[in-house]
Amino acid sequence: MNLDVHIEKKFPCGFRLEVAFRASGAPLGILGPSGAGKSLTLRAIAGLERPDRGRIVLDGRVLFDSAAGIDCPSRDRRVGLLFQNYALFPHLTVAQNIGFGISALPDDERDRRVAGHIASLHLSGLEARHPAALSGGQQQRVALARALAPEPHALLLDEPFSALDTHLRGEIERELREALARYRGAAIFVGHNLEEAYRFCGELVVLADGQIAAAGPKEELFRRPPNFAVARLTGCKNFAAARPAAAGVIDAIDWGCRLRVAQAAPATLGHVAIRAHHVRVDAAGAADRAAENAFPCWLAAATEAPFRVTLYLRLNAPASSSTDFHVQAEISKDQWEKFKDLPQPWRVELSPERLFLLPD
Amino acid sequence: MSFDFAPVWISLKTSLSATAIALVLGVAAAEWRDRKRRAFGSLLDALCLLPLILPPTVVGFFLLLLFGRNGPLGRLLLRFGAVVVFSWPATVIAAAVVSFPLVYITARGAFAQLDPGLADAARTLGASEWRVFRRVTLPLAAPGIFAGATLAFARALGEFGATVMLAGDIPGRTETLPLAIYFDIAAGQMRQAFGAVMIVLLVSLAVLVALGVWARAERRRRIPEN
Repeated sequence: MNLDVHIEKKFPCGFRLEVAFRASGAPLGILGPSGAGKSLTLRAIAGLERPDRGRIVLDGRVLFDSAAGIDCPSRDRRVGLLFQNYALFPHLTVAQNIGFGISALPDDERDRRVAGHIASLHLSGLEARHPAALSGGQQQRVALARALAPEPHALLLDEPFSALDTHLRGEIERELREALARYRGAAIFVGHNLEEAYRFCGELVVLADGQIAAAGPKEELFRRPPNFAVARLTGCKNFAAARPAAAGVIDAIDWGCRLRVAQAAPATLGHVAIRAHHVRVDAAGAADRAAENAFPCWLAAATEAPFRVTLYLRLNAPASSSTDFHVQAEISKDQWEKFKDLPQPWRVELSPERLFLLPD
Repeated sequence: MSFDFAPVWISLKTSLSATAIALVLGVAAAEWRDRKRRAFGSLLDALCLLPLILPPTVVGFFLLLLFGRNGPLGRLLLRFGAVVVFSWPATVIAAAVVSFPLVYITARGAFAQLDPGLADAARTLGASEWRVFRRVTLPLAAPGIFAGATLAFARALGEFGATVMLAGDIPGRTETLPLAIYFDIAAGQMRQAFGAVMIVLLVSLAVLVALGVWARAERRRRIPEN
């Protein structure tokens, strides 16, 4: 099943949404900070928000086409939407909620389908309960069963985990992935948590301020972020304004250093960036090979998590305060134990293969 | 002289009919208004609430203009041989108009409190607008609307000014309890008036107590079971 979307909508406040993408096969992930237009996009596909211009086609069926004057009402679109807060009907039982979208079916057929969804989403025994008497995870499964019951041709998931406690997420995420694996229609997953999106989706679309900042296979976006917004959204922490210095060499202005690079710098180089876990840190004496882009560094601050430590490092000179740093590095606790008591400066290495060169 | 029960039955019939009409029109108007932002929304609200704050005699005056022999509605009805003024339906119209705002205002509040996501969810599940209203919006707003209907009934039961203007005081036909009380006292029949007063007092009290009991039960019902 294919879902083709190309929509534009302007708002009086100046916000402008303009997105175009295709979802087919594996779920498409739409990522972006809050306010980027993710939910709005889903609402437009579901027919709850009317775009100014554009076209939405699901499996050859035109759901919306401003040029042809087509605007299929929400009820006829066969697009299921899993709401962020689930939007379960509080006055109906679990079974009635799930059966809501298939009320036109004969009673026995409807009961059979409801029972099927209750069994496959592990809701047995809860049929007669009201939503208020369910846990967050159960509510989400009811919402999913309700959305799936009318056999929608597309399923839209609006930040499905944002309303759940952290410790519940892992389990529920696994269940949702299982349910989605059985689903045959087009699916779109919206979120702002990258790791979730990475686990759920094949292709990703990154939205920033109503526009598409990048799109493509997830591995590609994470391995080579094409621009600043994507690099930051994919969890990159270290950025410095940069300009080309010579062939294969750039100046990282904010870090006050010259870096050798492995790829050709784009013509409009704006920033150089590196992920925190790609920054290598070691005691000064550990230089047992000629490393490129290695600099003496001093510790400004360190924050410890149970298994990882984040170091805030200043290059080439001692840090004057805990906020006076150039790069953050993420290393394992074991590694940290090895050199944390050794005298500074230590040595930081920004390996050329790990650097992102981002156009302005 | 024995107590005349005619005004009691007329009053109950009138109040119930008026409440039913106010309920349907008030909920319909509130739902229509709630659906999306309407142009001149505030003016519309004001017009709907006007009968609540205008003196009933002023409401009665306008109703007379509308339904009188030379009024637009009066002339229309006359074509079908119906005369509203000084008839029993006039008591219903007068009571319905003054109690309409109470339904409208409570229904508006009840609809506004609902999560709009619920209606949207119903739409994505294939529900028509009518089904969204019948199965989702109305049941969820029902407690608020019910409270409004109760107030409307009490208001209709006590209606005097607009009724006397439009329906007059015809014993056995348009004489409701409040009218009976006034004209009994005007005629010096204190015992008869006292009986009618006690009936109005008891019915009103019963309505308010029932509303309170019901509201408490409703609150308890809303606390999730198991």
